[in-house]
Parts: sequence; structure tokens; C-alpha cells
Amino acid sequence: MSIWEYANPVKFIRTTDRLLPWLSAGAVLCLVFGLVWGFFFTPDDFRQGSTVKIIYLHVPSALMAINAWLMMLVASLIWIVRRHHVSALAARAAAPIGATMTIIALATGAIWGQPMWGTWWAWDPRLTSFLILFLFYLGYMALWSAIDDDDTAADLTSILCLVGSVFALLSRYAVNFWNQGLHQGASLSLDKEENVADVFWYPLLVCIGGFVLLFIALVFLRTQTEIRARRSRALLARERAV
Amino acid sequence: MIALLLRDLRLSVRAGGGFGLGLAFFLIVTVLVPFGVGPETGLLSKIAPGVLWIGALLACLLSLDRIFALDWEDGSLDLLATAPLPMEGIVSIKALAHWITTGLPLVLAAPVLGVLLSLPEGGYLWVVISLALGTPALSVIGTFGAALTVGLKRGGLLMSLLVLPLYVPTLIFGAEVARRGADGLAVETPLLMLAGISFGAMAILPFASAAVLRINLR
Repeated sequence: MSIWEYANPVKFIRTTDRLLPWLSAGAVLCLVFGLVWGFFFTPDDFRQGSTVKIIYLHVPSALMAINAWLMMLVASLIWIVRRHHVSALAARAAAPIGATMTIIALATGAIWGQPMWGTWWAWDPRLTSFLILFLFYLGYMALWSAIDDDDTAADLTSILCLVGSVFALLSRYAVNFWNQGLHQGASLSLDKEENVADVFWYPLLVCIGGFVLLFIALVFLRTQTEIRARRSRALLARERAV
Repeated sequence: MIALLLRDLRLSVRAGGGFGLGLAFFLIVTVLVPFGVGPETGLLSKIAPGVLWIGALLACLLSLDRIFALDWEDGSLDLLATAPLPMEGIVSIKALAHWITTGLPLVLAAPVLGVLLSLPEGGYLWVVISLALGTPALSVIGTFGAALTVGLKRGGLLMSLLVLPLYVPTLIFGAEVARRGADGLAVETPLLMLAGISFGAMAILPFASAAVLRINLR
């Protein structure tokens, strides 16, 4: 029994079919519970008022925007090294989700920034690097859709993902150098004294869990769709050939 | 390798090679900027280093699809791929040829265009140095983008989408060197970072470009 068995599309679909209802139910449960708890049953912050509550959308989506790219990086590496098609398709499936998470993070940040910083947008390092991350997602998806041959597209996009990761990381630290931040520093670290208060922290944890489950469920679902789409294309091609 | 370099240089200098187009584009962009932002000397001299960098970057981008497109069309890229030269070498030579025909003229033209933008006295040296250090990185990164999109029709727009985000770190540090130089501040830190990015890209990216090109020629 090894993890590589799931590289078999049939096995992958069978297993994820069994997992999907649980994952989706878990995601819905966590999100509803976490958001309702966060929005209605936590006190207002004494300086930020009720605007603090956007944290329950902003932080999890920003977290997933980065983790989605990490997952694509791992999947691309697996594709390059072991050439499992499911892995390439999973990377492809994750990209639009990651891009959406990036947009959610940017939009919620802007909505919060308007009353708090007095501006929708500032060229702050974190904001800027997220915008750049979004551009990377766009380029990645555009390259996937521009190439007809599936294997070539998978090869090219995985190399783009590797190179893009290096440059995204470079940009992340380059923008630090380029402009001073308006964004607050890390306040969720496990190893620091000064963190967000527990009243906000627990519902936030639930929301993060919900976003993670949501992401996994969506990736499974989209990967299944990709596999089935490719299978139906193969069937059509075979029929035409006969 | 030298023969390939000479061939690429000759092809780009002779008719239809597009040599000088990038330079003309650079000139036009810098001339257009004062029309856009107004002719005040103070404002212009403040933004001059950044404008020169953006102009050079765009001029570089404009000529990228020439790196492989013509060779791809007439099949000489396939010949090169079967030649005893390793693909990494071919890619590096192509990037070098692109830099000599596009990057180097931009570096040399930058001070002249700096006059048009009333670049401060101390800025000339640092604009030239930062561009001389940074444009090789632009060429190498661009070669990667060109290799990615070589087989595609209408690949130009896609290539800009792929390449421009990769240009961000180079642009940040390059423009920072030029800006600090123009303001008379210390330039060492961004200069070292720019050199690091440039040499790092030169060392690593040819392998990625060669891998991508091999996939595209499959």
C-alpha cells in the first residue's frame, strides 16, 4: 500500500468519491459555524470596531492562496519526476481556486483597509506580493489553456510553476526592500508572545479549517472533472477513428 | 558556439532582423512620458530613473519573440537541437545574442535619453551601471519566456503575461539602484541584490529554458 496507488485515475476517482461528501459537509459545517461564531458571537475590537470581523474571511483565504500555489508546486514536481497524470491535473485544478482565494484576500483587505487605513489600496509589501502572486496564477492558467497537447501543456506549466515559485519568493522579499509596510505583522504565530486574542483566535481556527476542507474538496472535484473530461475526449477520438 | 553567436548577430543586424527597433521603441517611450505627465523639470528628474528602467524593460520584452520564432519557422531550431551542442549552450548563446543586439544598445542609449528627462547629475553613472547589470537578467528571463511560447500562434501576448511577473525583482532592484544613485544615496545593497539576481538567473535559467525547449521540440 503506497500513496502512488492513487495515481491510478480509477482508484483516485473511487477514493475521492467516497471522501467528497465528508469533506464538503465538513467544509460547510466549519464555515457556517466559524463564520456565525465569528460574526455574531465575538466582541467588537476596541479600536477597530466591527471591521475586525473580516479577519474570518481575509486570513483563511490569504493562507489558502499561498498554500494552493505550494500544492501546485508539489504536484508539478510529482508530475516532472514520476509522470502521474492525476498529479498534473490536480495542479491544473488548483490554479483557479488559488486565484479566487487571492482575489478574495485582496478584496476583503481592500474593504477593511478603506475605513481603517483610509485607502482601498497601498503599495504595501504584502499587498504587492499578493498582486504579483495573482499575476503568476493568471500566467499559469493562460499557459495551460493556450496549449492543445495535454502532456506538453503539463510539462511546460510545471516548469513554469517551478521557475515562478523561485521568482515569486524573490519578489516577496524584494518588495519588502522597496517599500515600508502598512500591513500589520504576523499575529498568529505559535511561538510569539503577542498574538491575536483568544476570543478571535478560536473562531478563526475553525474558519481556517473550513477553508482548508473547502480547498481540498474543490481540488478533488475539479480533478475528477478533468479526468472525466479527458476520458470523454479520448472516447470521442476513438469513436471518430473507427 | 561562437559560430552560432555570429550567425544570430548577423541575422539580427541585416534587413528584417529588427535590430534597432527596440532602441527606437525605447526612445519613443521616453519621449512620450513628458507628454503624459507634463514637462516640469522637477517631476521629470524625479521619475527619470524609473522611466528609463521601464522603457528598457518594455523594449526588451518587445524583441523577445524574435529569439526563437524565426528559427522555429524555418526549421533551423530543429537542426540546432540535433547538433552536438547541448541545448543549454544554445539557449545561453541565444540569450547572449539577444542581449548584445537589444540590451547593450539600451544601456548605451540610456544616458542620452536621461538628458531628455533631465536626470540629475549623479544619476547617469548609476543608470548605466544598473542597466548593464540588469539587462542580462532581462534577456535570460525573456529567453525562458520565449522558449515557453515558441510553438504557439499569437504567443506574444501570452509571453508578456508570463514574463512580466518574472521581471518584478529585477525591476525593483534595478530601478532602486538608479533612483538612489540619482538622489546621491548609498547604492551598495540594491546593487548587490541586482547582481545576485542577474548572475543567479544566468546560472540557473538556461537549464529551465533548455528543458522547456526540448519539450516544445518533441
